[in-house]
Amino acid sequence: MAQAADSIRFILNDTEVAVSEVAPTATLLDFLRLERRLTGTKEGCAEGDCGACTVLVGRLAKDGQGGERLVYESVNACIRFVGSLNATHVVTVEHLAAKDGTLHPVQQAMVDLHGSQCGFCTPGFVMSLYGLWLTNDNPSRAAIEKALQGNLCRCTGYEPIVRAAEAAAREHPSAIFDPIMRTREAVTARLKALQPQETIVVGKGEDCLIVPADAASLATVLSEHPTATIVAGATDVGLWVTKQMRTLNPAVFINGIAELQRIDRTEAGLTIGAGVSYTAAFDALSSAYPAFGRLIDRIGGEQVRNMGTIGGNIANGSPIGDSPPPLIVLGAAVTLGSKDGTRTLPLEDFFIAYGRQDRKPGEFVESIFVPALHGDHFAAYKLSKRRDEDISALLGAFRVALDENNHVRTALIAYGGMAATPKRAKAAEAALIGQRWSEETIRAAQAALDTDYQPINDWRATSAYRMLAAKNLLMRFFLESTGEKAQLRRFEEVA
Amino acid sequence: MDKSTFEEQTTIAGPMHTRLRHDSAHKHVAGTADYIDDMPEPAGTLHGALGLTDRAHAEILEMDLSAVAALPGVVCVLTASDMPHSNDISPSHLHDEPVLADGRVQFHGQPAFAVIAETRDIARRAARLAKITYRDLPHLIDVTDAMAQGGELVTQPLTLQRGDAEAELERATRRLKGQMRIGGQEHFYLEGHIALAIPGEDDEMAVWSSTQHPSEIQHMVAHVLGVPSNAVTVNVRRMGGGFGGKETQGNQFAALAAVAARKLRRAVKFRPDRDDDMMATGKRHDFLVDYDVGFDDEGRIHAVHANYAARCGYSSDLSGPVTDRALFHADSSYFYPHVKLTSQPLKTNTVSNTAYRGFGGPQGMVGAERIIEEIAYALGKDPLEIRKLNFYGEKGSGRDVTPYHQKIEDNIIHRIVGELETSADYQARRAAIIDFNKSSRVIRKGIALTPVKFGISFTMTAFNQAGALVHIYQDGSVHLNHGGTEMGQGLYTKVAQVLADSFQIDIDRVKITATTTGKVPNTSATAASSGSDLNGMAAFDAARQIKDRLVAFAAERWQTTAERVTFVANHVKIGEELVPFADFIRQAYMARIQLSAAGFYKTPKIHWDRATGRGTPFYYFAYGAAVSEVSIDTLTGEYLVDRVDVLHDVGRSLNPAIDLGQIEGGFVQGMGWLTTEELWWDEKGRLRTHAPSTYKIPLASDRPKIFNVRLADWSENAEKTIGRSKAVGEPPFMLPISVLEALSMAVASVADYRECPRLDTPATPERILMAVERLRRM
Repeated sequence: MAQAADSIRFILNDTEVAVSEVAPTATLLDFLRLERRLTGTKEGCAEGDCGACTVLVGRLAKDGQGGERLVYESVNACIRFVGSLNATHVVTVEHLAAKDGTLHPVQQAMVDLHGSQCGFCTPGFVMSLYGLWLTNDNPSRAAIEKALQGNLCRCTGYEPIVRAAEAAAREHPSAIFDPIMRTREAVTARLKALQPQETIVVGKGEDCLIVPADAASLATVLSEHPTATIVAGATDVGLWVTKQMRTLNPAVFINGIAELQRIDRTEAGLTIGAGVSYTAAFDALSSAYPAFGRLIDRIGGEQVRNMGTIGGNIANGSPIGDSPPPLIVLGAAVTLGSKDGTRTLPLEDFFIAYGRQDRKPGEFVESIFVPALHGDHFAAYKLSKRRDEDISALLGAFRVALDENNHVRTALIAYGGMAATPKRAKAAEAALIGQRWSEETIRAAQAALDTDYQPINDWRATSAYRMLAAKNLLMRFFLESTGEKAQLRRFEEVA
Repeated sequence: MDKSTFEEQTTIAGPMHTRLRHDSAHKHVAGTADYIDDMPEPAGTLHGALGLTDRAHAEILEMDLSAVAALPGVVCVLTASDMPHSNDISPSHLHDEPVLADGRVQFHGQPAFAVIAETRDIARRAARLAKITYRDLPHLIDVTDAMAQGGELVTQPLTLQRGDAEAELERATRRLKGQMRIGGQEHFYLEGHIALAIPGEDDEMAVWSSTQHPSEIQHMVAHVLGVPSNAVTVNVRRMGGGFGGKETQGNQFAALAAVAARKLRRAVKFRPDRDDDMMATGKRHDFLVDYDVGFDDEGRIHAVHANYAARCGYSSDLSGPVTDRALFHADSSYFYPHVKLTSQPLKTNTVSNTAYRGFGGPQGMVGAERIIEEIAYALGKDPLEIRKLNFYGEKGSGRDVTPYHQKIEDNIIHRIVGELETSADYQARRAAIIDFNKSSRVIRKGIALTPVKFGISFTMTAFNQAGALVHIYQDGSVHLNHGGTEMGQGLYTKVAQVLADSFQIDIDRVKITATTTGKVPNTSATAASSGSDLNGMAAFDAARQIKDRLVAFAAERWQTTAERVTFVANHVKIGEELVPFADFIRQAYMARIQLSAAGFYKTPKIHWDRATGRGTPFYYFAYGAAVSEVSIDTLTGEYLVDRVDVLHDVGRSLNPAIDLGQIEGGFVQGMGWLTTEELWWDEKGRLRTHAPSTYKIPLASDRPKIFNVRLADWSENAEKTIGRSKAVGEPPFMLPISVLEALSMAVASVADYRECPRLDTPATPERILMAVERLRRM
């Protein structure tokens, strides 16, 4: 394997950084606070849930016209590994105010509207608001709340922060003043130059981190290091490190691999590369399968969606991952790559048992293909204690095709949180197929769910709730298909 | 005479009663406000981590720490026997709280050792390498288990009694009994616990601690080290949130850091990981309330008998005063002609529960509002009607005596509720909602108006004292220090306003300095909403002392009378002459006038006799009310808070911007407690919701979609508090009881409002759905 590069190079605020001694598990947050003494970025939870460590990461992304454009996204520095930062621009709260101390409009609005009390979450909020401010100069309340889904504040009750977001949007200074806008061209050029032409290896033996330059290099790396941990968005692997104190020997960072970033839409369906973040996949998924868009808005917070990938959500194999149930009912197929080429299998078959997936050593998830809907009724409903940024207690995905006599031609139902893997409700499906699409038929299918699942009790829900709610979600699906209002929405529009 | 200046500026920037931003706001937003972990570390600083046990109740047979000590980078390992003088940090002085478990584990996650290492990462890794051998003992996790097994208490219970509740319950035309479970709450301050100990000469120890109670940290550190209090100085500039969670719970970290610092002669920092913090530190008490109420057909209460049982955890901590305060608020705003209230502070094998905003008061009030709901549903009436019927009467009405025999003399609840009922259009909206529910199958709505009356003062009378230290330097700049701590509530800002107002100087001439036991001694915790009442008055007193001296000086120097010396907009007016404040101070210095004073304040009028359950524990009451409207999904139990209207009493506000922030923030925090925040222990006694991934506090998208908050701007404190203001920290926390009751009404709609849904808390979607199901089957 060719390896000329041995350091991670990125821009930190206005300084270019080359890190050649860094552990595979080193987080951006520790790097900022301990190595650089940039203490404005706080640690609140070290698991990507509170947003106190929010920073912006700028990267070159495909613009859809064959070119690249510089995008800045909010991320959680606590679970962002330094190894994943090559060819990025990291912007921390210290970068916002002018050299003379003049606050950025986002900061000034937070001061003027009393958006801080204890102040500990505030730098993270400022960065999330800044990320919104850069991309939306007239944000709706829905858009503001979405941008703040990954930030917890325990003091203010959020109202003044939301008002600050609105006020800041009205204050757009000239591009010369804004620290990101004024350097956009120079940073773009610099990041282009920093794009790796070869695989980066930092460290020795198995105790190293590897950034493959392309998919072929990734396959090679995995054949040489079969125990390697593949890190895409690190929204789960990050916690293995910060909470379980696990080592990653080695860690292979795939977020920069261009081939894994593709989104291709054809009449047959949608192909999503394994490295595509939820945010990047949002437009394509929500236009092809609108219910999927609403679901994605409830996965993690903005920071997690900016980092986390659908590929990772699948490869991770969690029984409560949010994307597998809808993907299963949509008939998705997963393509695995390796040194020996690729193989494709139905996503449903990928999940073998709890914690076990059909992925051999040396293989990686390359892409997911989602067939087109062709007019079927489709919905996915997530239930959690808190509506946003929570893990599902259960999640139901439903798809039916009706014939001209209003009878069910095909029915696909899958739930997460009801079994050890994301799992189809085959008895319930059987109870629907061939029957008239009616409440009576739904009641029969609800009863069949008792044979499909024996859910567990845990801190997210009791078994009884899971079963009852699973049945009721099926009823919701029916009622919504007939046009009845059967779901609460805080905002009708999708932000 | 400097007349021109005077004409230009007749008012100062930042007096009392003005909207002023938080003193650190510009630093918060820039990331330049330093929290303890942001301070530059002394050279050679070491880092500690807790070694947690994994049994709920067990004897420790053997603790093999060899692998812990052997990890490269580990400097030392501390166990209970390493405490130089004492292993006891019981804040109740009942000697029931060890720094480190000594031979017996009493809750899952109790620390049994501490690792000190070169880096925090090494310390955390090493802490997982211990091999502890246990002999398991039976454990009690839940309140009902503890009651079934004899109900051992951690501290003395309280009884409040007036009249003859038992007899009147028998006599009442209607009577009903019920039970309610009220969940606990994790503080989730965004900045977790942290302590940094720096050893000094001889036996000196400087500690930086994220604490609401520096004096107690000082006492505990001195006690554990075996040194006098004068050897220990505790400092805190600001906390990243406290909410009661840093009243006593910082003791352990500070004590361990100090013990290690003394042993190793190096600075030592303890900053537990969020999960460790959530597992090893106390929370709000959960309660099981049994109530028995007698009332008439109109809905007027004749007698109440209730027992408030609380999960206190393994030790007393503050459970005594917390359960006391639950009883003090078990009347909410209602007159109980005959009443008997008992507390039951139960011992369980869980982390020792502690102070949390409201300090038992919210649980007391939630129980009372449930009783109102029961009566309303039993009679088929709007709960608001029952509320109004039972409110305390005006002073002298004969319906103004509390269960603790204090007369309520400042009652404004009728006016607050009346104004809010009108401004929020309660009656029309309730009618519209009942109408909506008739035709909507899946989505149902509810609305409720609930009152707040909260007693202000520490019920431990001695704690109602405070000190302040004020210096004026030769250039006229002012240095302010007081015993209160800043945790985001804006206390420092408010007290600075008091000084600016007293001296009539712009607030930017007042330097706010970090709280330290070296400047103001023997302070009380910044708690019980008392911060600005106590410290504001102490600072006012310090300013008064200095002003008295300055006035005497001016009268003598300018040959006039004291009455002709006044402080006006950055000047001192002496007779007809106007002297700029800085010039005047310079002259006072040259005349050898003492420009420094220690102020002091103690709350008047209050007394409390716990043994007889009689007294005047509260100086005054703060009032408020809220109307909440919600929608629920009867298929899933999911809900939305559609609209909230609040009218709240802060007396004459010292700072309306900060007070509104306390009300809005307190509301959302209280709403979280009653809705999505659930503490869940498994059968082994492990808390499984010990991180934000599993414990869900409200997000921006959970706050009321329409949120109208107003101050009762006509209100003035009847007592002589600072600027006639009222405390604001805790009272608004109870406003969202209206959310719980609105949810309850939406649930009740499925049984045509004939049954009280008896919705327990937290009202998660699961509890809502299960209540809907239960009512459907009735």
